[in-house]
Amino acid sequence: MMKKSRRSFLKVAGIAAIGLGASPAMNFASSDSDGTALAVKGKNEQALTAHRWGMVIDTNKITEEIAEKITEICHKTHNVPDFKHEVDAEKYPKTRSVNHKQEIKWIWKEEFHYAFPEKEDEYLTEKFHDLPFLVTCNHCKNAPCVQACPTQATFKREDGIVIMDFHRCIGCRFCMAACPYGSRSFNFRDPRPFIAETIPDFPTRSKGVVEKCNLCAEQLAKGELPHCAQVSEGAIVVGDLEDPESDIRALLKEHFTIRRNESLGTEPSVYYIV
Amino acid sequence: MNKNMIIMGLVIFVLAVLSPFWFNMITTTEAAPKPELLGKAKEEKKCVLEKYDMRANHPSLLDEWRDSVVRDSNRQYTAANGHAYGMSLSTGENSCLGCHEDKAKFCDSCHTYASVDPYCWECHTNPKEIK
Repeated sequence: MMKKSRRSFLKVAGIAAIGLGASPAMNFASSDSDGTALAVKGKNEQALTAHRWGMVIDTNKITEEIAEKITEICHKTHNVPDFKHEVDAEKYPKTRSVNHKQEIKWIWKEEFHYAFPEKEDEYLTEKFHDLPFLVTCNHCKNAPCVQACPTQATFKREDGIVIMDFHRCIGCRFCMAACPYGSRSFNFRDPRPFIAETIPDFPTRSKGVVEKCNLCAEQLAKGELPHCAQVSEGAIVVGDLEDPESDIRALLKEHFTIRRNESLGTEPSVYYIV
Repeated sequence: MNKNMIIMGLVIFVLAVLSPFWFNMITTTEAAPKPELLGKAKEEKKCVLEKYDMRANHPSLLDEWRDSVVRDSNRQYTAANGHAYGMSLSTGENSCLGCHEDKAKFCDSCHTYASVDPYCWECHTNPKEIK
């Protein structure tokens, strides 16, 4: 038998090492050519798009009834829990009743001096004392909640909507402290027992997650306007603030409008015709 | 004498180390349940990815979908096989559950067997379970 020299042993060992390394390298290279790499992601054809979504609320057209209708449809379609709802004891045993301070709201009625504390005035026009002002997330251009969120669960979409990725929310509530409008609510409890009728088109939330208005992103994707605008009888108009030809810009041109706490520099996208 | 002791010790050691295999040989284990294709899914015979790819990579596919829908607002997925799917677990005809009708037989049977507990359904709802 031939005696192996050190040199020939090293040669064989080297080739063997290359051979061993080849298979993981080949696998790595080929993993790119699977189905997901060839797929294309895109928007639905009928989706509504904008450069910056905004909302105009005509306070002259909002009555108590319309305001209630708007809150109701918004909260219903987004599975927002109502803690006054009586829990089905059979389905959810061991559910305790909830402290009323834990309410969750996306759009709701507010009094003028709470909605516009900067505009507080001893001799304020009388009608403002009892008008219902609908308030919601302002989808600010400089949103403080987005800056405060440590996980980027709250972020600004390219079309200006400030939206939440509920999957990423860790429930730290920095955003709630940052938001000067109180537009955000925290789920202290599992919300499911308190939803009267669960709508399958939108997920519920889980315990420990913050939530707020998403400007009906799921509606816009289907090519439909937000629910609040649909049932408002013309009191709420949603459109593209950066399109000079849009309905919303025509309204802003024509009427004097105010925004909530403008001096904070958050640049709200919700305008009020007063 | 010394040599015998060492060999005995080695044999016992090897037997002990391989004990999970011996255990498996004497006990019977249930075979992994196969996801059942019913209704629409059975007729279609074509999913978002190839069968084996889907089996291995559906969690990462769903993860990709969720980022796409929530963060990039892209909700339509045109797969390599040319079909367009709605990137959603449960909303619409074109979603996962829109085609795979029975969540219990499609998702849960395998997940329970493998004792994985994904938290999808803490928030997402199966339209069939809402009464």
